Amino acid sequence: MADFFLHTIVGLIILTFLKALALIVPLLILVAYLTYAERKVLAAVQLRKGPNVVGWFGLLQPFADALKMIFKETIIPAGANRVLFVLAPMITFGLAILAWAVIPVNDGWGIADINVGILYLFAISSLGVYGIIIAGWASNSKYAFLGALRSAAQMVSYEVSMGFVMVSVLLCVGSLNLNDIVLAQRNIWFFIPLFPMFIVFFVSTLAETNRSPFDLPEGESEIVAGFFVEYSAMAFALFYLGEYANMILMSALTTILFLGGWLGPFGWTWLPGPIWFILKILFCLFVFLWVRATFPRYRYDQLMRLGWKVFLPASLGWLVLTAGVLLATGWVPHVSS
Amino acid sequence: MQPVIVHYLPILAFLVLAGVIGGALVGGSLIAARQKPYAEKLSAYECGFEPFDDARRRFDVRYYLVAILFIIFDLEVAFLFPWAVSLWSIGLFGFLSMVGFLAVLTVGFIYEWRKGALEWE
Amino acid sequence: MIATIGFYVFAVILLASATMVVTARNPVHSVLFLILAFFNAAALFLIAGAEFLAMILIIVYVGAVAVLFLFVVMMLDVNFAELREGVQRYAPVGLVVGLILLFELGLVLTGWHFAPSAAEIRMSPTPTALSNTAALGNVLYTRYIFLFQLAGLILLVAMIGAIVLTHRERGTARRQRIGRQNARQPEETLAMLNVALGAGIDEIGILRPLPDPAPVGAESHALPHAAEPH
Repeated sequence: MADFFLHTIVGLIILTFLKALALIVPLLILVAYLTYAERKVLAAVQLRKGPNVVGWFGLLQPFADALKMIFKETIIPAGANRVLFVLAPMITFGLAILAWAVIPVNDGWGIADINVGILYLFAISSLGVYGIIIAGWASNSKYAFLGALRSAAQMVSYEVSMGFVMVSVLLCVGSLNLNDIVLAQRNIWFFIPLFPMFIVFFVSTLAETNRSPFDLPEGESEIVAGFFVEYSAMAFALFYLGEYANMILMSALTTILFLGGWLGPFGWTWLPGPIWFILKILFCLFVFLWVRATFPRYRYDQLMRLGWKVFLPASLGWLVLTAGVLLATGWVPHVSS
Repeated sequence: MQPVIVHYLPILAFLVLAGVIGGALVGGSLIAARQKPYAEKLSAYECGFEPFDDARRRFDVRYYLVAILFIIFDLEVAFLFPWAVSLWSIGLFGFLSMVGFLAVLTVGFIYEWRKGALEWE
Repeated sequence: MIATIGFYVFAVILLASATMVVTARNPVHSVLFLILAFFNAAALFLIAGAEFLAMILIIVYVGAVAVLFLFVVMMLDVNFAELREGVQRYAPVGLVVGLILLFELGLVLTGWHFAPSAAEIRMSPTPTALSNTAALGNVLYTRYIFLFQLAGLILLVAMIGAIVLTHRERGTARRQRIGRQNARQPEETLAMLNVALGAGIDEIGILRPLPDPAPVGAESHALPHAAEPH
């Protein structure tokens, strides 16, 4: 049996698909419950109860929502480009799933253990713009187009500083492999020595996922939900699933880069690695929701200013500083791979 | 040694699965729900007004500027990745080489800043 | 085996989508086919073992350059019917240029021969002990330092050129002046007044003390502090 899976091509393909499913199914369940958690956390912050009718404590609410979405009519506006209109939400959703191929949940558990894992994630996050631009253009609606442009300019502006932050982490690792990045944090998690970069990175992930306080592309009070204003039914739901899956992805990335991945704090091993990993992701997600409940929305010029005039020079400066300190102290890591 | 491409095959599996799940959800909704379109329902949303012209029109040049500047900084980041990985072997000379490169681009950055190209008005 | 099949699949898709780029009627579709072509080129890089180049191709070309192209074709709203009329007018000139290029390509192809060291280089592919990112990094910044610095200068020229060509100063814009906003003290804007019982604005005279009394009639500038965007 094991022979079949490990030594024949068909077996290997089936095994890979099973592994992928074993990651994607829990991920989708987590996405569903993230929507529930968001409503519960916001409700708690505002001294309300949140969803509490469907199932115990409203626990079946995400499934009720999903069913409702499925039984809604799919509307494709008259002037829209039909193929691209349907393709756009699938791109957004697909990219959020595709990125998980390289995430190592435990030592060596990354399904695709590639040498350039971090570049792969950077590439995937730079593609996120497409689902949004295509949606905005294909809808042939003014609000959608304006929202898409805003969103594209915003994501692009914050991606540069994300790149600089990633490079400064890589300086301390000496490898692009995600597994190596986590293992390099055995002594100290990178959020301590690189604390300012950690903050820049986390805020950039908020902007990158179009989350509050940077949710201008959606800006429901000004451009009525922005790029997906024309969407309905499951196509609409896919944008939401994509957004939440992206939040989880960005939390996972923050965990890998700064919070020691599957490593327990203080070298603790009394919980298995994947549990630590999930706990850290949940913590990041909670901060995402907490930020949404706390901060008002940025104005567009403030958003651009923060990205280009504060984060970009700050992260570049810190990058050079990190390299200089590493060289001066002789701590430059040397990984042979 | 296995060829590099073998490590990337799982990504193909993810691509297939993502496509299947996305397609199944949209397709399932198309089949399950009652589709009853009519002209009013299919017109573009404009807060209740009749849409009065096509949404595809010329747009502000500022967005191009942001995109061009992004390309340049993205290339800068692309140059930084191999540098970060091999800083150990290229040592001080490699570090200074990169500092020179970044200094040139910082000149451009200062020019942008002074010109007000980073301002969103 | 897998690599060979993969090579042909990706190469065929690459060529087909490249053909679609020039033949598609809708310019947005052209750009989307161009993106498909980039992806297949990246896959070909992967098959050749050049992981770093494959990812950079996607990050830079698909993630940045094609976004700009998409911006341009989506927003410029070029009238392609008019362009098509122009095609017939300029066809002879284009034909001449194309023929010259074809002739030059022919010259290059007939004069083509392999460098003596090429076979040797081909026999020593990517070093196994070193990832190709590190292999690239080991030579790019030291051995090829002049080319590297040249790349920096080209980027600088591109940056300045982009600003010179597209940046327009608009006098009407009202910008946030953060320094001034933060430097503002309560004393400049607040005053405590003892208001007599029943007294209205007319009796007190003004709502708040202003540093310089605004001229009457200039309503829009009457309260410079209050009108400051925040």
